[in-house]
Amino acid sequence: MVNEIIDGFIQAIQLIVSLNPEVVGITILTLIVSLTSTFLSALISIPAGAYIYCHDFFGKRLVINIIQTLYALPTVLAGLLLFLLLSHQGPLGFLDFLFTPQGMILAQMILVTPLILGLTITALSGIDKDMRHSILSLGATKFQAVVTLIQEARFAILAAVILGFGRAISEVGAAMIIGGNIRAFPGDFLSGTRVLTTAISLETSQGDFSLAIALGLILLGVAVIVNVGLNMIQSGSLWKNSWNS
Amino acid sequence: MSTSAIETHTLSKNYDGRDVIRDVSFSIRSGEIFGIIGPSGSGKSTLLRLLDLIEQPTGGRLTIFGTDALVPDAKFPLRRRMALLSQKPVIFSRSVSDNIALGMEYRRKTKPEISKAVTETLDAVGLAGYGKRSARTLSGGEGQRMALARAVVTEPEILFLDEPTTNLDPVSAERIEEIIIRLNREKGITVVICTHDMIQGQRLAHRIGVIMDGALPQVGTTKEIFHQPTTTNIARFVGVKNMYAGVITENHDGEAIIDVAGKPIAAVTPFLPRTKVTILFRAEDVTLHLEQSVKTSARNVFRGIIKKMVPSGPFVDVIVDCGIDITALVTIQSSEDLGLTRGMKCWVSFKATAVHVLEEQ
Repeated sequence: MVNEIIDGFIQAIQLIVSLNPEVVGITILTLIVSLTSTFLSALISIPAGAYIYCHDFFGKRLVINIIQTLYALPTVLAGLLLFLLLSHQGPLGFLDFLFTPQGMILAQMILVTPLILGLTITALSGIDKDMRHSILSLGATKFQAVVTLIQEARFAILAAVILGFGRAISEVGAAMIIGGNIRAFPGDFLSGTRVLTTAISLETSQGDFSLAIALGLILLGVAVIVNVGLNMIQSGSLWKNSWNS
Repeated sequence: MSTSAIETHTLSKNYDGRDVIRDVSFSIRSGEIFGIIGPSGSGKSTLLRLLDLIEQPTGGRLTIFGTDALVPDAKFPLRRRMALLSQKPVIFSRSVSDNIALGMEYRRKTKPEISKAVTETLDAVGLAGYGKRSARTLSGGEGQRMALARAVVTEPEILFLDEPTTNLDPVSAERIEEIIIRLNREKGITVVICTHDMIQGQRLAHRIGVIMDGALPQVGTTKEIFHQPTTTNIARFVGVKNMYAGVITENHDGEAIIDVAGKPIAAVTPFLPRTKVTILFRAEDVTLHLEQSVKTSARNVFRGIIKKMVPSGPFVDVIVDCGIDITALVTIQSSEDLGLTRGMKCWVSFKATAVHVLEEQ
């Protein structure tokens, strides 16, 4: 077993150094799918979270409870339900998303959106009441107030996005069911649906443990790089307010 | 000075069945500094938020600049003519300049306008050169001055201050007070300041409203509030040390004698004989001397023994047992000059006009 882990390391380095086209393709597709799903989820969740936070409506508590429950939505269950919706007889069959990267993005969005949405609401709720009053007192419109609140909660919200990306890039169940782990044509990585997690799963089942470990290490490496990047954004420079710089 | 900036009529606020503000009716004149004093938890902050239109009252009427301020459409434009400074400085995670610019950005001012106003205001609050610093690195006093700059840079016509100096050191507090007075004198801004510090209220405000348990039982000049409080609760809050229950025994054209535990005390009051009253007078209106022969125009002169001496800043509260305990305020200097000590015999005197008489409810 130890040998396979060591072999995996060596093979990972070889695959990376030699820029193995198939591995590069899988990695790029993984990044495209996970980053797109996280980005689109954030685009929906942050304004929606702000909306839910700012409005009092009947059943608000229940809505938040449901969102928080969905943090733990099993990825295979999400995959299965979406599979039924996207299948040719299903209500979303017309989209032709089954076994496509688009379908996988949709699947990951279902997993990631509750996380970013719920944590955005939590982040905004953490803002001091005095600050909310100050924003209103300074003459903000409702929209301006929300923008300022999101800016103030930016660190916590970005942490939610990072967590969401982590869930997207690491899940295998939905990617497998919706994507189907289809090998891409050489040179056209968008033609397949094989991502790092589904590839690891396949290699493991085929007994090629060192390749599976090599792909696992690449997956971890990609996650590290993306998180470091997002953390750099979080630590400040890109979010600075504009006018006096 | 005559037009009113704010008028309230039976204004009320209720949180979950608890009355936080009850039937408050008063008016604030344009251009004055109006103090709201009251103990902690009496509803001062809530009242300010109601007046600043941040919270919705549950009852009553509120008129600001002659406009009904509770009409939904009226609120936003009125809010933009006012500003509120809270007790704990609110600091946004951005630079000092960006903090101050916030209100102007909301008003869609141009960048040069904002830049000019921010620089001027930074200077006015003594934070010139701090603009690029992260606001989170400011000290408490600097943070509060920045928050004040942020509130006034939009040139509000009414400025609400909620205990603006409570958490500050004396030097920072003094600077804030100076700025407030300057804004009021030079720009004619109407200032409404909440404080539990009566001395600050007395120092800054033209008129004072006393808030107790959500109600506003008295509004008046500082002299009226401090010397003629309308209830014993207010009297206690504004630091009246001498307060006694008594009965009026005679009254000749307003010059009355009141029996307090067997002592006849002369006072000026319209109440008729046999009225049960509470009399009160301030410790600073009581003179203490060692001999009876000291010439005094005061009609109330009593002999007693010093029971207790309580230092308070540059003064000493000397409590003299004259049958009733009477507190006299003496400077530390004169206390030393007279050689006052516990158990010493002395005389206290106070004028009939210094005695304020309340009918017992």
